[in-house]
Amino acid sequence: MSSPEQPADASRREALYAVRGLCRRFGDRSVLDDLSFDVMRGECLVVLGRSGSGKSLTLRQLNGLDEAEAGSVRFEGTDLVQLTERQLYPLRRRIAMLFQSAALFDSIDVLENVAFPLREHGGLSEEEIRERVAGSLAWVGLSGIEDRMPAALSGGMKKRVALARSLVQEPEVVLYDEPTAGLDPVTSATIAGLIRSIQAEFGTTSVVVTHDLRLAREVGDRVALLDGGRFCFIGTWEQAERSTDPALRAFLDGRQQPPEEDIDAA
Amino acid sequence: MQQAAPKILLDYGAPLRHVGNLSMLAGRGLTALVRPPYEFRSWLHQMEHLGVSSLGVAAVTTLFTGMVLALQTAYSLPELGVKYYIGSVVSKSLTRELGPVLVALIVGGRIGSGMTAELGTMKVTEQIDAMRSMAADPVKKLVVPKLAASLIMLPVLTILGDFLGILGGLFIATNQLNLSYGLYTNDVLQALTLGDVLNGLGKSVFFALFIAVIGCYNGLTASGGAEGVGRATTRTVVWASIMVLVSDFFLTKLFHVLS
Repeated sequence: MSSPEQPADASRREALYAVRGLCRRFGDRSVLDDLSFDVMRGECLVVLGRSGSGKSLTLRQLNGLDEAEAGSVRFEGTDLVQLTERQLYPLRRRIAMLFQSAALFDSIDVLENVAFPLREHGGLSEEEIRERVAGSLAWVGLSGIEDRMPAALSGGMKKRVALARSLVQEPEVVLYDEPTAGLDPVTSATIAGLIRSIQAEFGTTSVVVTHDLRLAREVGDRVALLDGGRFCFIGTWEQAERSTDPALRAFLDGRQQPPEEDIDAA
Repeated sequence: MQQAAPKILLDYGAPLRHVGNLSMLAGRGLTALVRPPYEFRSWLHQMEHLGVSSLGVAAVTTLFTGMVLALQTAYSLPELGVKYYIGSVVSKSLTRELGPVLVALIVGGRIGSGMTAELGTMKVTEQIDAMRSMAADPVKKLVVPKLAASLIMLPVLTILGDFLGILGGLFIATNQLNLSYGLYTNDVLQALTLGDVLNGLGKSVFFALFIAVIGCYNGLTASGGAEGVGRATTRTVVWASIMVLVSDFFLTKLFHVLS
């Protein structure tokens, strides 16, 4: 397995996240094995990988939702692995996450869903909250649906409402877990457009976990491929196209990866 | 033999881990319950959801238990003339024992499984994680309202159940056993003490704590989709019922010593 290629411009930007030697096991199975990478401030890093490779688990490490057996996840120098749940709260207010299933609270309407982080953190009047919610919903193109229940929304609308909920707290980082999973191509393109706009307009740092190559090419400044518990490649799309890493080539070309012994023999 | 030791430890490890986690959740829940801010709107919603909607089943259970108790007392020991003491038997049995235990078993199974189903569904659809990712504490937002509602509503339902059970006994005494209204009520009022009522209410507070904590714990730890939520819900009914019955013995001893 080849060592991760470093992006040409990585050293010129400040690393917002520095992940080092991250290990996560489930019973006897090691899902993340000595995983190390940086996420630069203001970039969009796309994490690719096969199903079950640990992509979502990697993402959940970036806001402390999952624990690690070893290693560190430094966010602006603070190691998230060492923090308690309560100590993570101030950081989580700066890091929004879009879940694969959208994860809207199904017992409350769209208004209350989007307003949830604002009410939770306090400091805003009811009028300000409603204005911020309306603004956030307008941004994702869903004005006027405040009184609808999540059950009455389509899959794409749920994702966009969840995106509005992420944006309403004006985060510095947005973590996207399979943002286009289960969506039709047109809705997927809308979501990709929104991710790009968020990046351009708010200057957020984004980490997108996906196996949608079209989305990855559209939004990613850098791309990383998770294989065997660590990144076998991390770099720009240009570097990815030139890379001879067999796992990356197999993933990008959509074909089965040859067994290790065949590669060694070659 | 060398491999037997770890296996035994594993077998005993899981229940002990559950007991430890349940105790920690109870501690966190009770601490969050008394610590502001208080989300009274959520409390009221849960009290309506868990308590008021259980009124019917609690009423039917205790009313008919009071009636059966009156009949059985009269039929079982006719030669001792115990039918003249039916008021004492029904009221003491209901307030000290049957009221709190039956309400906890019937209502507790219903509300405990409801808590598990709700929280379990939220867990498997990532709603709990979404809450955590927005810097909200699921214990404060989800467990505390359910705990508060149980601690308030289960004793209320128990009091109501005691009253209806005694009324059921009265109905049977006057209509089936040819006792007068005055004889029955005088017997009840002479036999029943405040201690009896407080004894039963004390038990129902503990039962409410056990049911809410077990229900929430199984919900928050559910995994494996709809099937996993179903398994967790069944587990709640079994654990809550066993906990009510076993703790009833120890609480009876404890309250006896305290009184």
